[in-house]
Amino acid sequence: MFIIFTDLASWLIYDLLGLSPETKLGTALHFFVEDVSKIFVLLMVMIYLIALLRVSLDVERVRDFLARKSRGTGYILASGLGAITPFCSCSSIPVFLGFTSAGIPIGITMAFLLTSPLINEVAVLLLLSLLGWKFTLLYVVVGVLVGVLGGLFLDAIRAERWLQSFAAKALKGAQTQPLNTAEEDHPKITFAERHTFAKSETLEIFGRVWKWVIVGVGLGAALHGFVPDGWIEAHLGAGQWWSVPAATLIGIPLYSNATGVIPVMESLITNGLPIGTTLAFCMSTVAASFPEFILLKQVMQWRLLAILFAMLLISFTTIGWIFNGLSFLF
Amino acid sequence: MKTITVLGTGCTKCKNTVQLIEESAQGLGVDVKVEKVEDPAQIMTYNVMSTPAVVLDGTVVHKGGIPSKEQVIGWLES
Repeated sequence: MFIIFTDLASWLIYDLLGLSPETKLGTALHFFVEDVSKIFVLLMVMIYLIALLRVSLDVERVRDFLARKSRGTGYILASGLGAITPFCSCSSIPVFLGFTSAGIPIGITMAFLLTSPLINEVAVLLLLSLLGWKFTLLYVVVGVLVGVLGGLFLDAIRAERWLQSFAAKALKGAQTQPLNTAEEDHPKITFAERHTFAKSETLEIFGRVWKWVIVGVGLGAALHGFVPDGWIEAHLGAGQWWSVPAATLIGIPLYSNATGVIPVMESLITNGLPIGTTLAFCMSTVAASFPEFILLKQVMQWRLLAILFAMLLISFTTIGWIFNGLSFLF
Repeated sequence: MKTITVLGTGCTKCKNTVQLIEESAQGLGVDVKVEKVEDPAQIMTYNVMSTPAVVLDGTVVHKGGIPSKEQVIGWLES
């Protein structure tokens, strides 16, 4: 079904503009048009369909649900729900405090918040269409694992010691005297309401991510057309162990959402960058960013922030090494 | 005079919400005081988790996004 986008790009670049598929510029532009048109159409259709389904899923419901779960299942559920629950990244702090003041352990809250930027429906969709189901499955499993293990670790070191005092107080208060999290009345949602929500979601998300797609695919196209074949493999291949931590570090100051980085992933992998190095780079770009950390400072002390930061760096690097080691499977 | 409080951590959506309310009030000629709360500890006291949220005379009337123009006019005329 994706052949139509290849045809569109061929018609536009080779027939209309008269560029030759033999030239670098020709192939780079062809790649750009094909990917941008494909991603735009997929995004519009899928965001709308998914929004129709998830109208009734909001952070309040998730919190009430998690507050009633035991610790053991809590981490996995929180991480999984983080992947599918929509909320704007600027709500991270209120969400953190809302969970905390419901008495949810900090590790479970962080499992939710860590997975949230890594996995979302747009990211999964792009991965599926650009890199295939194997890689997508791998990405989702690893993303959820980062949340679960990160959460377990934070609770194991009793990270709540290093919250800002008002947040720590809220957590303590809620654990001794549980908040009333009785199910609120959720009115039934009509299809018309679902449609209105889905339409505004589609316009809102698309309005936010389209430029990232252009930038991401543009970079990808540049790599595709202009970096000599084999260069990446020879210089940054799996044999170079340091390339993984380097990729993680480079990813930190670069801040993008998953939508922008996935087209870049595609071209990095097709150009021969090992799968683990690519994963490390992309997860670090998406999940570890300075603006996010400055926000978290409002609820966490420096010490906890530093631990969190180190934890992310170490996990992304480990993920990179493991998957470079397993790359023969792909 | 009505007081409308916008809760938000300082993102673009929150700023747009304040702007929308102020512009609508001007358009309707309604005298209203628009406040902005950015302190997370204070936002927590409203029991709100998704921002931007809108508080009308002490009651949370909206949360989780930029409200629609119709909603804003509804609050201003209520």
